Amino acid sequence: MTTSTVTASGAVPEAGAPVPGRLRRRLARWGFVAPAVLFMLLFFGYPLVRNVVMSFQHYTPETFFTGEAPLNGFDNWSTVFQDDVFGKALWHTLVFTAGSLLGQFCIGLALAVFFTRKFPLNGVLRSLILLPWLVPMVVSGIVWRRILDQDTGVLNSFLDTLGLGGHTPWLTDPHMALLSVILVNIWIGIPFNMVILYGGLQEVPRELYEAAALDGASAWRTFRSITLPVLRPVITVVLVLGFMSTVKILDLILALTDGGPADATQTLGTLTYQNSFVRLDFGAGAVVGNVLILISAVFAVFYLRANRTEGK
Amino acid sequence: MAAENATPRADRRRWGSTAAAVLVLGVMLFPLYWMLNTALQPEAGLLEVDPVPHRPDLSGFAKALDDQGGHLLTSLVVSLGAVVICLVIAAPAAYGLARFRLRGTRTLVFGTLITQMVPGIVIANALYTSYVDLGLVNSYAGLMLADASLGIPFSIVLMRSFMVSVPAEVIEAAQMDGAGRLRTFLQVVLPMSRNSLITSGLFAFLFAWSDFMFALTLNTTDDVKPITLGIYQYIGAHVGDWGSVMAASVLSAIPAAILLVLAQKYIAAGITGGSVK
Repeated sequence: MTTSTVTASGAVPEAGAPVPGRLRRRLARWGFVAPAVLFMLLFFGYPLVRNVVMSFQHYTPETFFTGEAPLNGFDNWSTVFQDDVFGKALWHTLVFTAGSLLGQFCIGLALAVFFTRKFPLNGVLRSLILLPWLVPMVVSGIVWRRILDQDTGVLNSFLDTLGLGGHTPWLTDPHMALLSVILVNIWIGIPFNMVILYGGLQEVPRELYEAAALDGASAWRTFRSITLPVLRPVITVVLVLGFMSTVKILDLILALTDGGPADATQTLGTLTYQNSFVRLDFGAGAVVGNVLILISAVFAVFYLRANRTEGK
Repeated sequence: MAAENATPRADRRRWGSTAAAVLVLGVMLFPLYWMLNTALQPEAGLLEVDPVPHRPDLSGFAKALDDQGGHLLTSLVVSLGAVVICLVIAAPAAYGLARFRLRGTRTLVFGTLITQMVPGIVIANALYTSYVDLGLVNSYAGLMLADASLGIPFSIVLMRSFMVSVPAEVIEAAQMDGAGRLRTFLQVVLPMSRNSLITSGLFAFLFAWSDFMFALTLNTTDDVKPITLGIYQYIGAHVGDWGSVMAASVLSAIPAAILLVLAQKYIAAGITGGSVK
């Protein structure tokens, strides 16, 4: 939606002016941008730096009364890395992200392709699918928590009616919980994937399809050789944005499982939260947060590199 | 095309597609239906609720309003505050980046995009310690500022793409008439960018309204508790009372729904304006 705008720049050239006037003018122009730059430095730049510093500081619950958080070298890092939970959280984050993206993308793409057909009520039904967006994510999580309840949830009673068991401990079994959380997140991500991919599909020139039909290409062949290549930039956008929002997930997991049972759904996001805001060990929280940033940064580098070789 | 329309077989196939789409929609919207359904049967408590509310009971909503009404109000105040902060900061920046040939424009736009990568919990982690020092924990201003950060990068990118297409002649004409930079911006550019302004404001509102993480981390008392945090703590305290929890959940979706219905036209216009470049 918003990524195609990076390069365009419609600057108005200013005529040369005597130096003091020019300086004033330049300052005035910067005045428009300065508040935003300041805000972003404070709310995005500063936290990045501060997190690195904090990861070398010893925070205790008393810190916020005494104001003292002495440097303690790599203590936080070694404590976090030696804890089993960290390895689990890292693994869960990767599985959660990969599983969510795969499910959201495949189903979203299938629905997008489906909705390119012409049929009655297409437009209305397509926009109704966006309704879940109205509900805050944490609230969606709570609704799903109710639906997935082992004893009184509607999903199990439905499966029971069908004779398909119906006693699945969706969120309470350590072996099931991560899968359940992924499934709910797939549900959350489908509308976004569908809308963006549908928009992309509208851009595929009709003539290409007509030519393919003349050549007698099968539906699958047409999809692979025409639709996918044209859709490629949009696919990249969807996956990148999806990755960014999925890897740092917090709301949904807190609402569904609080990271449990037995850390089965602990991710880097929830671990950061619990280290800092539950155990009040902000140093340990900062370590996990830094790992999270590192993963995002590595991903961003790959993305930018892929983008550069692909475009132009 | 017209000939195809006429054949009954093609017609049947098209209605078949509609049926399939309705089925998909049913699955996708089921959780929302269940939320409403549970909310209307508060007496069911922990027991299984009926698939359909035979005798809809609004007492769950009454209780939810009683318990959570204040938090809804807090959400509204915080979200509106965040929208104002967001637009006041993002609109001039978008104009500056679109119009003036500033050194480092590309870097700034790139930086704006990069901010989307920074995980919110990392921001909260660092912000909390500073908020303690600044006395911003448990304050409206603190939460508004943090929530504004959710919308600012998006708004800058969206409005900039829109303001690039404001014709240079219009701006030059205004300056010819003696209007200064600020007046040109306020009286010419902003009115012309109304759609993107409304769209940005709307999304900023939705981001702030659905924020849970900043509400959870930057508050330690009940002073500033938005609805998202209210509902989350509700399930801890009222395990048996799912009717009220779900009623509160329904209420939490209403402002967004109203906004989207009222401003639909502007959203569509703004989004196409934004995506077409």
